[in-house]
Amino acid sequence: MLKKIRVILAIIFFSLITFIFLDFADLLPKEFSVLAKIQFVPAALSLSWIILGIILLLTILFGRIYCSIICPLGVFQDISNWFSKKIIKKKKYNYRKQKTILRLVILGLVIISLFFIDTLFLEFLDPYSAYGRIIYNVFKPIYVAGNNLLETIFTNFGIYTFYKEPIFIASIFAFITGIITFLTIGFLSFFYGRTWCNTICPVGTILGFLNKISILKIRINEEKCNKCSLCAKKCKAFCINPKESKIDHSRCVNCFNCINVCKQNAISYNFKNTSKKLMEENTPQNVENENINTNLRNFLVTIGLAGISIPKTFANKKLVNVVNQIDNKKEYNLLQPITPPGSRSIEHFNKKCTSCHLCVSKCPQKVLKPAFKEYGIEGIMQPVMKFDKGFCNFDCTLCSEVCPNGAIKKITKEEKHLTQVGKVVFILENCVVYTNGTSCGACSEHCPTQAVKMKPYKDGLTIPTINKDICVGCGGCEYICPVRPFRAIHVEANAVQVQAKPIEKEKQDNKIIDDFGF
Amino acid sequence: MDRREFLKAIAITGAAFTIKNVGGNMDLFSQTISKSSTDAIGTTSAKYDLVAVMGGEPEVMFQKAIAELGGMSVFVKKGQKIVVKPNIGWDKVPELAGNTNPKLIAEIVKQCLSAGAKEVKVFDNTCDDWKKCYTNSGIETAVKKAGGIMVPAHEESYYREISLPNAKKMKKAKIHEAILDCDAWINVPVLKNHGGANLTISMKNLMGIVWDRRYFHNNDLQQCIADMCTLDKKAILNIVDAYRVVKTNGPRGKSETDVVNPKGLFMSQDIVAVDTAAANFFNQIREMPLDHVAHIGNGEALNLGTTKLESLNVKRIKL
Repeated sequence: MLKKIRVILAIIFFSLITFIFLDFADLLPKEFSVLAKIQFVPAALSLSWIILGIILLLTILFGRIYCSIICPLGVFQDISNWFSKKIIKKKKYNYRKQKTILRLVILGLVIISLFFIDTLFLEFLDPYSAYGRIIYNVFKPIYVAGNNLLETIFTNFGIYTFYKEPIFIASIFAFITGIITFLTIGFLSFFYGRTWCNTICPVGTILGFLNKISILKIRINEEKCNKCSLCAKKCKAFCINPKESKIDHSRCVNCFNCINVCKQNAISYNFKNTSKKLMEENTPQNVENENINTNLRNFLVTIGLAGISIPKTFANKKLVNVVNQIDNKKEYNLLQPITPPGSRSIEHFNKKCTSCHLCVSKCPQKVLKPAFKEYGIEGIMQPVMKFDKGFCNFDCTLCSEVCPNGAIKKITKEEKHLTQVGKVVFILENCVVYTNGTSCGACSEHCPTQAVKMKPYKDGLTIPTINKDICVGCGGCEYICPVRPFRAIHVEANAVQVQAKPIEKEKQDNKIIDDFGF
Repeated sequence: MDRREFLKAIAITGAAFTIKNVGGNMDLFSQTISKSSTDAIGTTSAKYDLVAVMGGEPEVMFQKAIAELGGMSVFVKKGQKIVVKPNIGWDKVPELAGNTNPKLIAEIVKQCLSAGAKEVKVFDNTCDDWKKCYTNSGIETAVKKAGGIMVPAHEESYYREISLPNAKKMKKAKIHEAILDCDAWINVPVLKNHGGANLTISMKNLMGIVWDRRYFHNNDLQQCIADMCTLDKKAILNIVDAYRVVKTNGPRGKSETDVVNPKGLFMSQDIVAVDTAAANFFNQIREMPLDHVAHIGNGEALNLGTTKLESLNVKRIKL
């Protein structure tokens, strides 16, 4: 029964969060992105104390149900593990000693690196982000290909329910990372159950230790237990020691698989051990407790050390402001990467983003792409604005709404209209009106604020003139500029996003037209 | 780059590739059939060369204008596949006049269907995100309600290359399959100021049936617009929506003060004449010499129509 509830809830959470990443047609309302916001690492980075509190409280009350139900990477491993049971019929596990030191070292490294070198380690190890990357980079192209196949079939029969969507791999590096993560974790879970969660995953470590003090947990009634070890053979977390009838709760993810297999009915999920007396007399248990206390102490020391280093890192970081002085050159290389509107500054963004690629997946104009070396090694795969396939829609605030980490802060449409992520740079020598003496105006046509405006030039021609103050950096001009190999207009990043000046409206025209004019 | 990445993705999903190809062949097959049945243009003999209407709601002005030309059944025959091509370029609401008025489009779709059209498809190759444009312009809702079909145009595979032998600079172009496969199509632009071409009307609206709009801008925009209009399959009607007009900062406009509401509508089979009429109308709102809208003159030079409105039989209606 407990297992059934766990499986049903896990499937609901897992399917929905997966579909959010795949769903290019916006079939699911954007409010469902809350499923990303309730993930542990995003909640911690965005300082959502309420969500964090609920997750911790849930763990203290019910055990690591977060790992079994809410975490998509956890459920993905269960699915892979389920397949292994279907393929290898006589699959058996055995109790293994836990690798406490390794777990704490990894957790410590993640926390320390979080303050020293941005989110680099966390980026790779956060289970939610790793899962998001797998889905966006590897499975979304497949999903879109499937859609295009259906589109072809249905449209041939005159049914226009489907439409084609471009299939592309946004970043080769992120694609390869996604495949490697998928294969590694898939392989580990196929053969070794929840090894990833109980050795490497930093969230698993935190919640694991919390699980030790949880109120409701799986317990073995030693009076009933005949040490048949059936439960241990079914335990995908390797955490049941059948010889001593004990469960290592730091690794137990509350999958409830053991409860159903026990023929003695010795395993139950309850408030307190029914054989408390026996437990107290059990000396090895006390020794183990001693170990746990040292482990916990180490853990707290690590966290404390990390805490001390915070102010230092903040003091070390300097903001870089760059002035554009490249107007005379024909080729333009961006000095800095452009971060999405609402991300405040490159520094803020790099510190908060763990590259889950939810914003990349949701961006309707395909402006956001995983970076390669734009931010340097610590920002690898973090989203960057690129204007080769599209430009940022003036009224769209979707990335800021879905970002679970607070890397892109939520902004309103009105705030977006005045958020300057970069400034326009015009290279007259490259402009087709200047070089060929023919009409164009594509840049100005796409400019929502008329920061790029066409002014009279000669022979009835018009040529762009720019006003950087009212530019928001949407990239419409750069996207559409037809000149090659070097475009005539670009957007250079603001390292720190600033307010653009509001646009000046034209004078209201009340002239009455009462004739045709010909 | 697109293509390479596309192929990479396809390599993963091997199966899709083969079936997609089959789809492509089927498209070619249907093209050969529909091409032979194209005969609408040139066979109609209307009472007037050009109808100009002022002072009414968009759909009312259209009803008056089409009645003067003998009704929609003069142009649309029973069982025909029709395409209506508005300007849906921008993520703008109707009040900001970035796109053709949805009420006008709905009325045209309705009249095509009641004239016996088998289907009426509507599309545009938009500048802003196509889904936002289709939705926020109000056109998608209006068309669906009127019984038409909105078809997407945001992917290169919806376009097929054709040659333009009579063109001066743009000798070939990739045209949307809906236009290539239909029996007849109706061009329904909105009159707007345009930063590059100075005005965008019927001729410029043809950019929305082409995949690569950068080619126009890079190779003499004003000539390429005229070149595009040398397409064999001419629109059976050009209906210019001048109900609301973006007078400044076009074609997109930056605020509501760029928009005026002169309530006009122009209709003709002659694309050059209808654009000349609309340009003259615009000239009253803001000075716009006809020679600055160079694509109109370029169109006349390619014998696509006449700018000499005095030589035409024009019907003027004020409501």
